[in-house]
Amino acid sequence: MPEVVLSANNLVKHYPIKKGVLRRTVGHVKAVDGVSFDLHKGETLGIVGESGCGKSTLGRLLMRLEEPTAGTVQFEGQDWSGASARETRRLRRNIQIVFQDPYTSLNPRMTVGDIIGEPLEIHPDVVPKGGRRQRVQELLDLVGLNPEHINRYPHQFSGGQRQRIGIARGIALNPKVLICDEPVSALDVSVQAQVVNLMEKLQDELGLAYVFIAHDLSVVRHISDRVGVMYLGRMAELGEEDEVYSRPTHPYTQALLSAVPVPDPTLRGKREQIVLVGDVPSPANPPSGCRFHTRCWKAQDVCSQEEPQLEMRQDGAGGHLSACHFAEPRLVVETVDVSDLVPDERFVSSSTDDLDDVGSGLGHDDSLAPDDRSTVERSSVSDPQAPADTSRVVQDTDDQQR
Amino acid sequence: MTEAAVSEAPTSTPEGGDSAPARSLASDAWRTMRSNPLFWVSSVLIVIFTLMAIFPSLFTSTNPTEAILRDARVRPNADAWFGRDIQGYDIYARCIYGARASILVGLLTTVFTTLVGGIVGVFAGYVGGWTDTILSRLGDVFFAIPLLLGAVIVLVTLPATDNYFYIVLKVVLALVVLGWPSMARLMRSSVIQVKPNDYVQAARALGASPWRVVRSHIVPNALAPMIVVATINLGAYISAEATLSYLGIGLQPPTVSWGVDISAAVVGMRTTPHMLFFPSLFLSLTVLAFIMLGDVVRDALDPKNR
Repeated sequence: MPEVVLSANNLVKHYPIKKGVLRRTVGHVKAVDGVSFDLHKGETLGIVGESGCGKSTLGRLLMRLEEPTAGTVQFEGQDWSGASARETRRLRRNIQIVFQDPYTSLNPRMTVGDIIGEPLEIHPDVVPKGGRRQRVQELLDLVGLNPEHINRYPHQFSGGQRQRIGIARGIALNPKVLICDEPVSALDVSVQAQVVNLMEKLQDELGLAYVFIAHDLSVVRHISDRVGVMYLGRMAELGEEDEVYSRPTHPYTQALLSAVPVPDPTLRGKREQIVLVGDVPSPANPPSGCRFHTRCWKAQDVCSQEEPQLEMRQDGAGGHLSACHFAEPRLVVETVDVSDLVPDERFVSSSTDDLDDVGSGLGHDDSLAPDDRSTVERSSVSDPQAPADTSRVVQDTDDQQR
Repeated sequence: MTEAAVSEAPTSTPEGGDSAPARSLASDAWRTMRSNPLFWVSSVLIVIFTLMAIFPSLFTSTNPTEAILRDARVRPNADAWFGRDIQGYDIYARCIYGARASILVGLLTTVFTTLVGGIVGVFAGYVGGWTDTILSRLGDVFFAIPLLLGAVIVLVTLPATDNYFYIVLKVVLALVVLGWPSMARLMRSSVIQVKPNDYVQAARALGASPWRVVRSHIVPNALAPMIVVATINLGAYISAEATLSYLGIGLQPPTVSWGVDISAAVVGMRTTPHMLFFPSLFLSLTVLAFIMLGDVVRDALDPKNR
């Protein structure tokens, strides 16, 4: 197993709740309450969970945008919590973040060149002064944007392009770890695929390790090597992607996976969907013992008294970390792992270049454009609306007549 | 889908094929303003009044302090276009020379309130916590003092003098002392609005110093409301100066100013209204021009109005 680059040890973040004229602290919101994990070099750790379970707070703690209430973050064995200001600055070069909303994560008053160049200005020793503009253009090229757009402003780009700019800013300093806080959830599905593919490409080329925070289980499965499931500020289950998705042992993970929509209509109604009762309890007053016991169908007395530890538990074909007293594998029809499948070329382009941008170079190359147009015409003339499967069409008209 | 994208591509090249000049927000704002007739009316007026303030001799060759008592209170005629006042001064010349004091007070007060209020506001909004509480309460203390009462206290306390610029600065000081809290409040609230944005967090995550975060991320994005209010306030300060002079505590008679003249003309409001009319007209036009410009700038900088 490759070396550990980032490790969280029992991270805790409590936000005080203040009331009254004197702003007395009357309680704490336990956003993150004892989370530990290791991130290995070049791997992707997916963090999933529903809204409010502490995913984003965890990301901000790893990034040191928030001070942890307790616990430590270690980068390559060095404790980041106790580092001096100068050390912190140096460490920041190695851990960067990509934000969720591409519309608020770029300063609207700065050009793309200034936005991506800012990390190079803050850490002037990375690239000498004369080479910065060229480096910014290289970065734009790397994330599949036109390097000539260096002087444009963020509002001149689409959401997917903006997210690419955010990624370029994140990798400008050659970090070892990139924390992605729901990087694709603000994008529409076709653009999500482009950006996720780009991130995989960058991981291969630059050897980045990702902490990929998301609530889309399918996206997380696609990109992750290991997956952690969070519930109310704690890790419920942690293991290899295959272990967690095929042999989940924690009831919460099972419920979560059973809620994933299945694209295959023939499977509709055939699978067992676990519907949880009640709402997520308030993180200001989490349940005793196992935090999930209030909504769990397996709950027994021991669950409300004794907190289950995140430890190795049998999953049928080995074991992985799970925090349930009654951990046992259960078959849940879930998303299919398409990572190793060859994408259908008729629909999916595996190119990670920005597809909104494909036309921009054509004007300069006259030989190319007419050629392309003729191909398009030919293919569209040949069979304008021929259905691929004629038997199906007959079926449909039958339906209408009846 | 791919076919559609390819076939549309050649038509979209003129717009997409760079390196067309980048359109910044400032140039967008300029574009919007340029097409607004109000912008041109107000800027022409402001240019005229500013010229008046800098080179009054361009507009008149009459000395505004040359008293011809024989012609006192004479109505507008070919010799004195706007007539003469009680002292026999030429009202046209006094209107021209009065622009300097009014515009100087307006501009200086705006600059200083913006600087003081802006710095305090950025500090309070960005640092937060106790600093914010103390600075905001301090601002509230000044905010609670009525403008005129406060200005009377400041102006009466300061030693009297004949120096033109010193008198102007006294009035400016009085207005700044009472005017900065509103600017500070405005700046504080827009800084608090900008601060939690992801691009500020991203800069912090990159290891940017607080100074860099404030300078290149917070201030440029929080400045727009300040610019607008400052432009509108400029008109308000000019009229505040006139009010103070009218009450006899602002600029004093040897100094030529619209407020001073309005104050002196009130004695003949019924019998010789021209003495009151012309300085008031100049004052209203200047204030109106700045307020109109402020409105136009606000509309241009506010993306919701596009």
